[in-house]
Amino acid sequence: MATLRVELVAADRAVWTGEAKMVVAKTVEGEIGLLPGHEPMLAILGAGEVRITLEDGTGIKANAEDGFLSVEHDVVTIVARHAELA
Amino acid sequence: MGAQLRVYRQKIKSAQTTKKITRAMELISASRIYKAQQRVASSTPYSRAVTRAVSAVATYSNVDHPLTTEPAVIERAAIVIFTSDRGLAGAFSSNVLKEAEQLTALLREQGKDVVYYLVGRKAVGNFNFRKRSSLRSWIGGTDLPQFDTAKEIADEVVGLFNTPASEGGVDEIHLVYNRFVSMIAQVPEVVRLLPLEVVEGVDAPADNEVFPLYEFEPDVTKVLDALLPVYIESRIFNAMLQSAASEHAARQKAMKSATDNADKLIKNYTRLSNAARQAEITQQISEIVGGADALVTTDDDN
Repeated sequence: MATLRVELVAADRAVWTGEAKMVVAKTVEGEIGLLPGHEPMLAILGAGEVRITLEDGTGIKANAEDGFLSVEHDVVTIVARHAELA
Repeated sequence: MGAQLRVYRQKIKSAQTTKKITRAMELISASRIYKAQQRVASSTPYSRAVTRAVSAVATYSNVDHPLTTEPAVIERAAIVIFTSDRGLAGAFSSNVLKEAEQLTALLREQGKDVVYYLVGRKAVGNFNFRKRSSLRSWIGGTDLPQFDTAKEIADEVVGLFNTPASEGGVDEIHLVYNRFVSMIAQVPEVVRLLPLEVVEGVDAPADNEVFPLYEFEPDVTKVLDALLPVYIESRIFNAMLQSAASEHAARQKAMKSATDNADKLIKNYTRLSNAARQAEITQQISEIVGGADALVTTDDDN
């Protein structure tokens, strides 16, 4: 099964990168769930939790605010001024 | 001890003291370069991601945004100059200031007014000395740039950019900073920040290529509004980090050659002082011998 390549980066460092099955993030319009094959998208990030589900089902949680989220060819990039793993 | 000898000894001592200082500074800089380089490296994912996103919007949508469109007439340009807070770093700050000077001349030639933003004490000192004015300056912390400072600078320049030229705003923003190439090479670089010029990272799509349909949330203009300040911040922050890494590298290089020169001085003065000491001894011996001879001759006379 296809996976998403996720990059979660803060202004001064890369917080987390890896493969994932699903990403749930909060944009200014509300929560959005991303699965492999999602259409290219660029959204402004709202303050809140980012949940990343790995292939083996375990979840990673992170807090991110003040940034944006882009999806392109199964690459999810979450860019935030402040981000850290919860 | 002869006067000559004492002078040489003093000089040796002073060179030794200086050497201790320069050596310490060299070691400190050497240990900080590594950290500064790492900070450049760790901020790269962010700026790369931001750049990619900006390119995506710029390439895959045709919105006219004030930050991306070139005004018909450019009346005034702002230059942000990144120098260091402290000296003893070779030509680090003066290179950047020289580059800014050239840029100023070029812009003036094109009939543009130039205003300045200064980062680092050296730039402020230089401007005070030449009795030039700047709009605002940031001093302190150039060797360890903080993101908050970058944000402050970005807010300021974007604010000025959004002000109409008739009210003192600018239409163009340039950055002048030292780019870190390697431990031995730092190149002063001029980048036009606004209006956005080159967006690296994404190749312009071929004419027959189908654009991936980007979905923007909430909408293109809002995304651009949010994205561009972030892009500018990251460019400014990157410039500050590069400048910090270059500063440490330049200082290490300058202090290394200062230490080497001190070594050379000490060696030369040691030779000279040895010669002086030897000359003194020789003179004393000849005085004693001469004196003894004189006594012998006087004894013979009696």
